[in-house]
Amino acid sequence: MSTVSSTITNKMQAPDDKAMPVTEDKVMPVTEAKPEQTVLEEGVTVGTPFADDPKFKLRDVEVFYGETQAIKNISLDVARNEVIAFIGPSGCGKSTFLRCLNRMNDSIDSCRIKGSLLLDGQNIYDSKRDVVELRARVGMVFQKPNPFPKSIYDNVAYGPRIHGLANRKSDLDDIVENSLRKAGLWNEVKDRLDAMATGMSGGQQQRLCIARAIAVSPEVVLMDEPCSALDPIATARIEELITEMSESYTIVIVTHSMQQAARVSNRTAYFHMGHLVEVNDTSKVFTTPEHELTESYITGRFG
Amino acid sequence: MQPLNLLLLTMLLAAVAYVLGSARSRTLAMPLGGVRHLKSLPGYYGVRAAIWCGVPALVILGLWAAFEGKMIQSIVVGTLPDTMIPDTAGEASLLMSKIGNVANGSLPPGFVEEPVAKAAELLQVLQVQSKIYMTGLVLAVALLAGFVGWVRIRPLLNAREQVEAILRWFFFACAGVAVLTTVGIVFSVVFETIRFFEQVPFFEFFFGTSWSPQLALRTDQVGSEGAFGMIPLFTGTLLISFIAMLIAAPVGLLSAIYLSEYANKRVRSTVKPLLEMLAGIPTVVYGFFAALTVAPFISDLASAIGVEASSQSALAAGLVMGIMIIPFVSSLSDDVINAVPQTLRDGSLALGATQSETMKKVIFPAALPGIMGGLLLAVSRAIGETMIVVMAAGLAANLTANPLETVTTVTVQIVTLLVGDQEFDSAKTLAAFALGAMLFISTLLLNVIALKIVRKYREQYD
Repeated sequence: MSTVSSTITNKMQAPDDKAMPVTEDKVMPVTEAKPEQTVLEEGVTVGTPFADDPKFKLRDVEVFYGETQAIKNISLDVARNEVIAFIGPSGCGKSTFLRCLNRMNDSIDSCRIKGSLLLDGQNIYDSKRDVVELRARVGMVFQKPNPFPKSIYDNVAYGPRIHGLANRKSDLDDIVENSLRKAGLWNEVKDRLDAMATGMSGGQQQRLCIARAIAVSPEVVLMDEPCSALDPIATARIEELITEMSESYTIVIVTHSMQQAARVSNRTAYFHMGHLVEVNDTSKVFTTPEHELTESYITGRFG
Repeated sequence: MQPLNLLLLTMLLAAVAYVLGSARSRTLAMPLGGVRHLKSLPGYYGVRAAIWCGVPALVILGLWAAFEGKMIQSIVVGTLPDTMIPDTAGEASLLMSKIGNVANGSLPPGFVEEPVAKAAELLQVLQVQSKIYMTGLVLAVALLAGFVGWVRIRPLLNAREQVEAILRWFFFACAGVAVLTTVGIVFSVVFETIRFFEQVPFFEFFFGTSWSPQLALRTDQVGSEGAFGMIPLFTGTLLISFIAMLIAAPVGLLSAIYLSEYANKRVRSTVKPLLEMLAGIPTVVYGFFAALTVAPFISDLASAIGVEASSQSALAAGLVMGIMIIPFVSSLSDDVINAVPQTLRDGSLALGATQSETMKKVIFPAALPGIMGGLLLAVSRAIGETMIVVMAAGLAANLTANPLETVTTVTVQIVTLLVGDQEFDSAKTLAAFALGAMLFISTLLLNVIALKIVRKYREQYD
């Protein structure tokens, strides 16, 4: 573990240490002596977190689970039709932040969100905001493939049906076919659309979930570690797909694989313990990171 | 010594054997350089010594207690003159209880024939002797076997393996008790059912539409011929179960959906125990609630709208039974709905589905097989319910589909057939066993189907 993270750990243990004044006296000077402490100041992000005419304009976002603060004052723009990757060690808040973008945290009772989150200039968390419409525009693919225990056809047709996107059966057939084609799954499943989706391989299931997400024609697709449950071949297939999709969708992808971030994304955001430390072009992040925490992480010194 | 005291003493000896056995293994381990040079831990040597001490002694005690009575009886009866030797089992047991009464002093010896008085004396002597022999033998075996077991403790002896093997047999025996009990119940029902069908034709029982299990004492008695048609009973059972499920299935299911999908933590933690409290109310209480509150209410309501209704009705029993099985349905459905992975909910919500769309189109279909299984289990519960029906639906075996009339069910008839003094070879009594067998078969079938469905459901998410 690096000196930086151990310093932070010491800081977090401070309330306990107060019970023992002797320990406190020993720890406090050490904490103050470390210059790294100042650079993790809230709301300070190095690099290029902002963009002109962004898809998402996120300012001063803070997320709390009960008393715990998971996201500490993050500001970030997501540009149109870019692929932005969120990387960082486990528990750094990148998934939490991702789930704020289509309000998937709503179902968690203890979760509170502060700050301004705008999608095309409109507040995502406006009390009058229709979450159904928001989620139709901002689709999501999850860590573990989660096809419904229905047929392949019904899985893809699920979204279009609940949003009334097809007037006729033939329209629905077209939507299903197009979505499966875009997800690169059509040739594999066109003869067995009535088969149970749960009977497919993990990689196929994940591509089906992508097809299901794009069947409602979203503008943004959020991906929460979409390849972490897949083997390398299926992963390569999904990564290809992400590259193809980047032409028509804005994609935000959370990943633990730095190679994956390097391969698929235009920009990379590095999260650390609820802070957004650095946002830069992917090539820059992986070759000449500006922040030493980012450098420590991508060179494998911790995480 | 009394068998119970002897049992406790033997167990005490076994406990002593445990302590001595583990102590000896420690002593043996000392020169070798510690417990780790033993094949097993000291505790295993102790248990092994306790088994050596206790098990053979307890087996002898059990066998002795089981056969003591028979042995003494045959010796005592053997001393009687030939003229008094009983012919039938009934006479023999009468004679033995007479001898027993004399022996324990509740009947003065002067009141009975001389050979009987002598036999009673002999019985007394034998009983005392038997106790002494038993005590001696059991204690001797316990001490001897315990000593042998203790002496044979060696550092290389693998006591653990032996103890584990014995434990495996012990567990097997425990599982066997449950299975054997079921088999025993099935056989007792089957044999009585066969005897019933020797007296009542097969066809009449299965297809007869009238049930009136009276048997004539004299041939010229009015209404002498009994009728043993099970159709009215089974239709009554089905009618009441149907009404009960009509209440329990929707209410239970919808409350499960509310609790698992909509209610917040605080509501859930209050409402769920309250709902499950319904399951804790004794059925007798439900019974008089049905008989004294619901049935009159229904009858009044029916007459108010101009419909004829009897004071006891299938509707009253069915309604209350339905309320009784609500917690059954709701807690089973709740489990099944909660077992649907959260990822499916997230997947649906992320596509812009509302909570109720997610429920209707994803969660409910995914949970349906499990819910069906739960409902079938609830049906078999409803079919087996007795007390509410006795109190609220009456005893008259009407063949009707009108829920406002009095009906009766299979279980209720079994109760009325077997309550009171009964002769155990009349068709009337045996009919109870035949009905029981039919009920057993139908609920068994329901349970098998339910389990099949539930099992199929389990494989679904893999």
